[in-house]
Amino acid sequence: MKTRAWMFIISAAVGLSGITACSSPTPSAATSTTAPAAAATDADKQWTMPNKNQSATRYSAVSEINTENVKNLKVAWTFSTGVLRGHEGEPLVVGSTMFVHTPFPNIVYALDLSKEGAPVKWKYVPKQDSAVIPIACCDTVNRGVTYANGKIFFNQLDTNTVALDAETGKELWKVKQGDYKQGQTITSAPMVVKDKVISGISGGEFGVRGFVTANDVNTGKQVWRMYSTGPEAEVGFPGSVETWKGDEWKRGGGTTWGWYSYDPELDLFYYGTGNPGSWNPDQRPGDNKYSMTIFARNPDTGKAAWAYQKTPHDAWDYDGINENALVDINLNGQMRKVLVNFDRNGFSYVLDRKTGELLQANPFVVVNWATGVDLKTGKPIEDPAKRTSAKQNTKDICPSAMGGKNQQPVSFSPRTNLFYVPTNNLCMDYEGVEVKYQAGQPYVGAIVVSKAGPGGNRGEFIAWDPSAGKKVWGIKEPLSAWGGALSTAGDVVFYGTMEGWLKAVHAKTGEVLWKFKTPSGIIGNPMTYVGPDGKQYIAVLSGIGGWSGIGVAADMSLDDPTAGLGAIGAFKDLASFSNQGGVLTVFSLP
Amino acid sequence: MKILGRRKPGPTLWTRRVYRTRPALRLLVWMSLACPAVALAQAKAPLRVCSDPENMPFSNQKLEGFENRIASLIAKELGTTVSYIWWGQRRGFIRNTMNATLQEGRCDVVIGVPEGYDLVSTTPPYYRSTYVFVYPKGKGISVKSLDDPILKKLKIGVHLLGDDYTNPPPVHELSKRGVVDNVVGFGTFYSADNPPSTIIDAVASGKVDLAIVWGPIAGYYAARQRVPLELVPVPSGKGDLPFAFNISMGVKKGNEALKARVETVRRERSAEITAILKEYGVPLMDTGRTHTK
Repeated sequence: MKTRAWMFIISAAVGLSGITACSSPTPSAATSTTAPAAAATDADKQWTMPNKNQSATRYSAVSEINTENVKNLKVAWTFSTGVLRGHEGEPLVVGSTMFVHTPFPNIVYALDLSKEGAPVKWKYVPKQDSAVIPIACCDTVNRGVTYANGKIFFNQLDTNTVALDAETGKELWKVKQGDYKQGQTITSAPMVVKDKVISGISGGEFGVRGFVTANDVNTGKQVWRMYSTGPEAEVGFPGSVETWKGDEWKRGGGTTWGWYSYDPELDLFYYGTGNPGSWNPDQRPGDNKYSMTIFARNPDTGKAAWAYQKTPHDAWDYDGINENALVDINLNGQMRKVLVNFDRNGFSYVLDRKTGELLQANPFVVVNWATGVDLKTGKPIEDPAKRTSAKQNTKDICPSAMGGKNQQPVSFSPRTNLFYVPTNNLCMDYEGVEVKYQAGQPYVGAIVVSKAGPGGNRGEFIAWDPSAGKKVWGIKEPLSAWGGALSTAGDVVFYGTMEGWLKAVHAKTGEVLWKFKTPSGIIGNPMTYVGPDGKQYIAVLSGIGGWSGIGVAADMSLDDPTAGLGAIGAFKDLASFSNQGGVLTVFSLP
Repeated sequence: MKILGRRKPGPTLWTRRVYRTRPALRLLVWMSLACPAVALAQAKAPLRVCSDPENMPFSNQKLEGFENRIASLIAKELGTTVSYIWWGQRRGFIRNTMNATLQEGRCDVVIGVPEGYDLVSTTPPYYRSTYVFVYPKGKGISVKSLDDPILKKLKIGVHLLGDDYTNPPPVHELSKRGVVDNVVGFGTFYSADNPPSTIIDAVASGKVDLAIVWGPIAGYYAARQRVPLELVPVPSGKGDLPFAFNISMGVKKGNEALKARVETVRRERSAEITAILKEYGVPLMDTGRTHTK
């Protein structure tokens, strides 16, 4: 068996003691060749937060499963979540317990890995008003739980942030962050930074003004809340109000339903904000700050160190909430502490994570709404012909509103210095106007039709060199690659497809080494851990749904290509590949 | 599923439907013993209507809206009762009701949708209404057109429906005319704090000088204000979006048999339906169709 090399230089012994101990960012080892060959630490054996570490690299230093033996991977055991809708996110493993979450009604299971077949240790079923379902926009997904200090934290669709005793499942505290009757919901996983739980909010479609909230891990008491739009005192950064007409910032959108990352050295956490709210672009002239923005904030005060807006005055729904991975890379011969973001708008951004300076912006999928990004001003160089308007047809805009990449998180391997990126190859038409109705009122709206981009494949799983800003290899997928990525020290990269395949590929070449068809389509993220028996396991949730899979999840009529905000047009044939149903599948070597 | 069983019997459709249909079933069993012919007539499945639980004057769970009244009228004519599926009329309304296969989410008819609304199969229209200017009578305001220069100076209330491009046509047309800064948006996420009457209340109380509101909403709430309000149809200029719409009933696509039955009732009871609309103050225009019996 290969040695478990390439460990992070990291304070080991994380155990159950808390999140800060496993916070050392991967970058320190990212390009270093001096990392000692050591056994995987306890931190590596576990998976205690959604994107593995606070740098959000989804890289595991465990290497029992490698490019040679992955072909022998077999199902070890399975678990039905009992819920049908789309399953995003991933399970966690802390010590000998696995924590599995579900979409609404947001059940949390603790499974005992020390016993054969991983029986249920406890099950937490939140009491939520079922009236929340009609209000959530894009399927009733949830992106997972997080662990710290003996507690499990997660957000319910009805905007409650909940803390559970990880050992017993007992509810310790519960705090309501918003009002679903005003269109506010939460689908994202929280992140623990030091003694605070950071949570976002969803509901941009309904004019919800986005915010992030910090609550005390022990009591749930709100420590601070900062908004995406509005006066400096409420945003923690100047310059928002003047980019809106009148008081439109009050309905500004900029919701915060994505992933969070944290750099303990700089003491800054990072996240993205969504599309501006509620008016057509003509009615909200200006850049609409800070929608579509990457924020760097101090976790103790909530104040922002910097904010970079990717898509000023959005007209495409390029909802900028994708994860920000924190890595150290070689740029033009110089090591830089950077943040890398693969945005919905099709550009991969590299920023200095201390200052927010834009270092690079390269298209990672087919992009035609802008020809590039001006590195000096940070602004996209737009093609005016591709700017949408309510009253004209705008054809073949790439990427589509579903994005060059959606919520599915990337992975970065410090062994290859490559990002592994699940992408969409989708373009869209804004076609004329058709009669619609809402809240009893008829109106005419644009028809958004998503469709396959050049080549006809709707997705591609790519390896991306962040230093060169170039694709290294790619695996074309018939459907979008809507599930997240996992890279490992065994040089095997895992990802799931909407048909339900879990694929293992060679990190350097992209060669598909193994695949397995799980019971339903995968929009969740594979993870890995070392079980109490010392073996490496790979686990993934299948359960089709989410925006792309809404047709199957809600059994929508397939004869309307504009249903599901254009999702049906692009994924009409999904039902022939996959059926709904949440199942966890766990793999190991025989 | 366990979760559903544990849920409190709240205002969900499911519980409501059970309550509404079970007594009928019991009656049916009793009647089938007593009188087979009547039982046969009663055995018709209930008219399953997709409806918003809190959207007056159209509908609510207390069955106070004009769409509730029309649904009852149709069901009565069809010799059956109404069973409701309640769901907010927002994005996903049809997807979650008519086109859902889950047991708790099925219905066949929406009482009011714009004619030609593509997600359902629409009957010929049974009324036509229009967006209207709403302002206090005798306060010196007299607006008849979106091109009136005074609109740049007045504080104007409009409804916001949702994301980009999903807003009422006056919002787009005001914006096209450069009327932006003085426009105030009103949410359509109705709740105790934000009832559907809010926008009309704002005109009556002077919080806004004028509002542009879809006719049925304006007509119903204007009649309930102490201050007399003027309702003036918004005319559609050349190149403008339409402001008047024909409203039809929507039936699940493919269910032509039910559509024909509903359409027959709509045609034969059109006078009663129109009377209900008038009772609720709906500003009516000619649909441009002749209804022959």
